[in-house]
Amino acid sequence: MTAVSDPSQLSDLIAEATDTRVNLDFESEGMTLNMGPQHPATHGTLRIVAKLDGEQVISAEPICGYMHRGYEKIVEVRTYPQVNALINRIDWLGSFANEVPFILAAEKLMGVEAPPRAQWIRTILFEMSRVANISLFLGDFGLQLGGMTAGFYAFRDREHVLNMIESATGGRFHPNFDRIGGLKDDLPKGWIADSHVAMDKLLAFCDEMEDLLVGNEIFQSRTRGIGVIPADIALNYGLSGANLRASGIDWDLRRDGCPPGLVYDQADWKVWTHPDGDCFARTWVRLQETREAAKIVKQLLDTIPAGPVMAKVPRIIKVPEGEAYVATENPLGEMGYYIASKGDLVPFRVKIRSASFNNISILPWVARGAYVPDLISILGSLYFILGDIDR
Amino acid sequence: MRTWLSAGRVNQLSSTDTATDSAAENEAVVETDAAREAVLAELTERLGAAVLGSYIRPGDDLWVRVERSAWRDAAEAAKSMGFTFFDYVSAIDWLPSPFGRDMDAQEDLVVSGAEPKAPAPIVQGYAGGDTRFQVIARLYNIATAKGIHFKADVPDDDLSLPTWSGVFAGANWHERETREMFGITFDGHPNLINMYLPTDFQGFPLRKDFPLLARRVRPWPGIVDVEPMPGVADSEEGEAE
Repeated sequence: MTAVSDPSQLSDLIAEATDTRVNLDFESEGMTLNMGPQHPATHGTLRIVAKLDGEQVISAEPICGYMHRGYEKIVEVRTYPQVNALINRIDWLGSFANEVPFILAAEKLMGVEAPPRAQWIRTILFEMSRVANISLFLGDFGLQLGGMTAGFYAFRDREHVLNMIESATGGRFHPNFDRIGGLKDDLPKGWIADSHVAMDKLLAFCDEMEDLLVGNEIFQSRTRGIGVIPADIALNYGLSGANLRASGIDWDLRRDGCPPGLVYDQADWKVWTHPDGDCFARTWVRLQETREAAKIVKQLLDTIPAGPVMAKVPRIIKVPEGEAYVATENPLGEMGYYIASKGDLVPFRVKIRSASFNNISILPWVARGAYVPDLISILGSLYFILGDIDR
Repeated sequence: MRTWLSAGRVNQLSSTDTATDSAAENEAVVETDAAREAVLAELTERLGAAVLGSYIRPGDDLWVRVERSAWRDAAEAAKSMGFTFFDYVSAIDWLPSPFGRDMDAQEDLVVSGAEPKAPAPIVQGYAGGDTRFQVIARLYNIATAKGIHFKADVPDDDLSLPTWSGVFAGANWHERETREMFGITFDGHPNLINMYLPTDFQGFPLRKDFPLLARRVRPWPGIVDVEPMPGVADSEEGEAE
């Protein structure tokens, strides 16, 4: 039987069936819905091929590769400082956070350690990029679900953080500020006081979002109980970051596996989890994380030690032979770099373990049986950046 | 504040060409890592002779090289030991690159009219190995905050090994990526199609003998771009190239 889409045809059929007292078994043929490559819910160019049965998704398969830039190949012919500029572009909303695990892995192989002041500023900038990244998520997720206002608020308030990142590093989005052995520069004058002000604004923004978005009834009805990911499935797929914590797993690399070179143990903060594992839980955990990140920044700003920001490293950086894997808790989840070095100017092999790649690989599992509008909620709440999937 | 165990120990940062006697220095800092030793012992007990090699960097990481046929068993054993968080699967091509590995790479020597170099031997990394290609994967134990790197040798004439996608669902995509980038197939994988590249793409981009076009049309760009580190005079340390 062919698919019946015309309502009048349908009613005719039903009438006919009733007339002849035949129990008609309506089976629909199914429909393939193509989402993307350009879609507001995809943060880049991701295409999703969803097979539908009526309003229900039978299977959803993401098609990646529209933004594949081949970083793992190109870093093999770039020196370590050059790689640093490249990998900024992986997760473009929290670029500074991309640099840190790579630099830490190189430092680990070299046995170099950044001076305390550099470690503090590194952690502060790391958390600032988290605030910038996730505050945009909060606004953008609202936008995807039809609440335009949240988006404008997010773009407005994210600017405060980007201004601080820009005044310290010179780049709003791609700072390229981290160096093996420390940082490119010290902080500019007045930066600490300004950052306090900016973080206060962001804390106010979080409160605003809590009322405007998370507390909104429509928002809740579109996210609660939608796209539930149980804890064991989340681990199985290697979900990390807020997606994992929203499934009730209390694990944060900042606290549990913090590599040397970041000073999260110097601040008083919490890891938030949520037992539900649905779209709402993921949003809620991210909201709390933004607050915690702002608090970490504010605490660390007050305790920055004096001293140099650069350790003594050679002018031409050759990383000794060896292998190292360093992962940090980036805004999107666990981001790690596996560096195999042969003692050259260039890395021999770099495996980039990006958070979004694993986070989005669960989509076929979680989208099965969801309704089409919920697909947007699920996609939005998994929160991926295309550059982070395709690399 | 924590520091790398290696901090302050390695002092031949830029002078890997000069032989330094660091044996005495290394002996002074022999650490043991009881927790990782225990993990390794348990894995060895479960997998038996399939564990071919291992390497522990104390306080940091553990590498275990297993037999190719026991690749899936290794995942199952580790999973039942609490390593339930799937990190990634990838591969390494240990062939020294004929293109662009260094500033005196073969093709730049040809351009400048110098004698071609003899190819360097294949040297595998931690936990040893015998083959050009090695598959590498990482699992993580959230309760103890420890990870394991698994490696497996994949011989050139049969680039295949059992899939992990039945044990860790997340391995599905990683194995697809590894297949299209290295040409290593995973037996039993449900959907081994290209992840990024067009379906009719020829070659395996992350193999070392796959030329990077941008690199071929331009000589080594690195050396002129190496910026001096702040506060370090040009003559200090480093080699004047």
